[in-house]
Amino acid sequence: MQMSDIEMNFPGVRALREVDFTLRKGEVHCIMGENGAGKSTLIKCLTGVYQMDSGTILFDGNKIRPQSVSESMKLGISSVYQEVNLCPNLTVSENLFIGRQPMKAGALVDWPKMNRLSQKALERFNLNVNVTRNLDSYSVAVQQMVAIVRAVDVSAKVLIFDEPTSSLDKDEVERLFDVIRKLKSEGMAIIFITHFLDQVYQISDRITVLRNGELVGEYLTEDLPRIDLVTKMVGRDFDQITSLQKVALAEGRDVVIEASDISVDASISHMDLTLREGEILGFAGLLGSGRSETARALFGIDKISSGAISIKGGAVHLKSPITAIKNKIAFCPEDRKRDGIIADLTVRENIILALQGRMGMFQYISRKKQNEIANKYIELLGIATPDAEKKIGELSGGNQQKVILARWLATEPDALILDEPTRGIDVGAKAEIMKLTLELCEKGMAVAFISSELEEVVKLSNNIIVMRDRKKVAEIKGKDIDQDRILEAIAGGDKEWQS
Amino acid sequence: MAVIRKITLSSLFPPLLALFLILLFNALVQPGFLNVEIRDGRLVGGLITILNRSVPVMLLSIGMTLVIATGGTDLSVGSVLAVASAVAISLIRGGDVNPTANTAMPLVFVILITMMVGIACGLWNGFLVAKIGMPPVVATLILMVAGRGLTQNITQERSLTTGHLPFGEIANGFTLGAPNQIWIAAGVLLLFWYFTRRTAFGLFIESVGANKSAATHAGIRSTYILFIIYALSGLCASIAGILSASNVLVIEPMNTGQNMELDAILAVVLGGTSMSGGKFNLGGSCIGAIILMALTQTMFFYGVPVEFSLSIKAVVIVIVVIIQSSTTQKFIASHFKKLRKREVPTQ
Repeated sequence: MQMSDIEMNFPGVRALREVDFTLRKGEVHCIMGENGAGKSTLIKCLTGVYQMDSGTILFDGNKIRPQSVSESMKLGISSVYQEVNLCPNLTVSENLFIGRQPMKAGALVDWPKMNRLSQKALERFNLNVNVTRNLDSYSVAVQQMVAIVRAVDVSAKVLIFDEPTSSLDKDEVERLFDVIRKLKSEGMAIIFITHFLDQVYQISDRITVLRNGELVGEYLTEDLPRIDLVTKMVGRDFDQITSLQKVALAEGRDVVIEASDISVDASISHMDLTLREGEILGFAGLLGSGRSETARALFGIDKISSGAISIKGGAVHLKSPITAIKNKIAFCPEDRKRDGIIADLTVRENIILALQGRMGMFQYISRKKQNEIANKYIELLGIATPDAEKKIGELSGGNQQKVILARWLATEPDALILDEPTRGIDVGAKAEIMKLTLELCEKGMAVAFISSELEEVVKLSNNIIVMRDRKKVAEIKGKDIDQDRILEAIAGGDKEWQS
Repeated sequence: MAVIRKITLSSLFPPLLALFLILLFNALVQPGFLNVEIRDGRLVGGLITILNRSVPVMLLSIGMTLVIATGGTDLSVGSVLAVASAVAISLIRGGDVNPTANTAMPLVFVILITMMVGIACGLWNGFLVAKIGMPPVVATLILMVAGRGLTQNITQERSLTTGHLPFGEIANGFTLGAPNQIWIAAGVLLLFWYFTRRTAFGLFIESVGANKSAATHAGIRSTYILFIIYALSGLCASIAGILSASNVLVIEPMNTGQNMELDAILAVVLGGTSMSGGKFNLGGSCIGAIILMALTQTMFFYGVPVEFSLSIKAVVIVIVVIIQSSTTQKFIASHFKKLRKREVPTQ
């Protein structure tokens, strides 16, 4: 398959310009680029979601121009997204065969045959699930497998994975990769999009790099060292993260948040922590270890069942986010789409929301003042948007995250809790957000920093709390912070982790 | 070009265009239909009749707009309207069996108590939706059914009339040449507009409607917002109920306000507020209500039998909804884009 000279324009933005992309049979091809580089747009042109303005696509030597997703699927181009786009309330086999059910007697669905075929299709990928159960009774990983099986079963020739691993744990990613390798060996052409560099090198044969809607180049994975790839993606020497300097701790800093012996039913047990101004307190641990849950408790989303929290020395009863906000705590949630952005509202409205929420309904921030605040933070954080009236849903992930940060900075908080602030955003934006975090901290803000990328936590934090199985297992301070020590603590007695 | 583009892409454009076309049709086919003249110092004529008669649905649709903006629906407004009518007329009659020209209670109290009953009905809906967490359709369906029963209880299963003329003046009287009803609707619209757009209330509604979880994380008390919204919808329904009772001076427990919740929802949709919640447009909903009444009046005027008129109404509504669907809007936008491109070489 070959795409050449692809051009695509949106109002005010040139999304793609003269992009070429070649995909060969039996290869895994990664498309890399920052947010807004044009990866998704390119894929959407290929799958018929968007119609490109100019350019040609050759598929098996024939010129094609898909007008809709169903048309591209008929041609043999299927995609699997991060968010599984199946029907969670139907059974596994219904999902596999929806729209193409085996029939009997002309009009009736042949259920037994359908279930049998489903079972067979799933077994091919060593997937052992009950096909008559509802899809949502299985984990996201299994659901994703089902989506893949469906795509493969519809006799796809090209399979597109758009950020498939964001919500998977390590084992699940490994299983997914096994499946991808198997498909590859059967001659399928696979496009793989991810933000995880490790995975790129683990799975891909070839890499195409895009930047600002333009093609940077196509490379064999083995010929492109990691640092070169990143440099090509961000278009500048990638030394931002490595050059970041921790904030020097001043003497006699005031305690902002102190939690003693707090527990939350089914998520954290007997946790102590102290967050002082001008420091970054990192949280390390695996998914579900209690890091995010602690953050939620400190922000009043989950109620503590025992223990006490005090803010600036005064005991507080955090019964909802608004109480925390009034105590000058801010929280960037882990799931940006669900808990962070309000996609339909403008950048301006998203920025002033928390400030307005704290001021209440009747102390209306005038439109003029709103514009002032919005423009101030758009400039300060370098949010890439044509103006403050653009819907936030139309921005790239990194810029959405900056808007959420702006929302909280506008409330002038004393403590900022960042839960996975760098998830799903590109390398450049990651570095910017980390740099910003340090700057804020330098100005005296207390920051709690949670990330599943240990490197980031180690790089930024003055103190690190390590969590395992809902408990704090270690607190590592200052000079003692190093990656191996943390890994050891995360792993506990588990040998696997100590290697 | 840019001006035309801006106008056609404005959210009020499709409903205004539809209304304009309906009125244009009438003006061409039946000159005089829309004539407005001043008779005895009062405005009268087809256009005024349409405006005046659309007031009850308009009031319901104002409350409904806010409910729909939070992602809900209030099916109970027709029944609440009936409850309010029944309360108002019973209060005026007092224990009296026969309708008289006297009122048992000062009119101001009648109106205030009726409005409070409306708010109470709304708070009940708010309780079921915000506190219990029921889906809004189910929660308000309960009051939609129960409200009819309540109305029958109040009127003891009869139609109640009143001959109290000052009460009738509320809806039928004129102020400064225009029917009172139109003033009242305009006042309510203005108040609601002010309350939603000159305070942060509108932003809070939109954020709760578009993404409740994110709004809560940003410190918006969504429960509290929902309570207020449903109470306001109840209040609007009770004002509509007072006007409807005052207009005809009768309450028929099973007929008053029947199916009006559906007209109100339609008016909101015609006005360009999305059923999925988020951005809302109060003015659009009022235009929607006028469109519905203009259609009805047109059909009356030409003597279209009821069995056809409903179908014709349906067709017109489908057309308007198609015009303002996002697909059509995108089509229009891309059309302009192409036009602009074509212009470039000539420059």
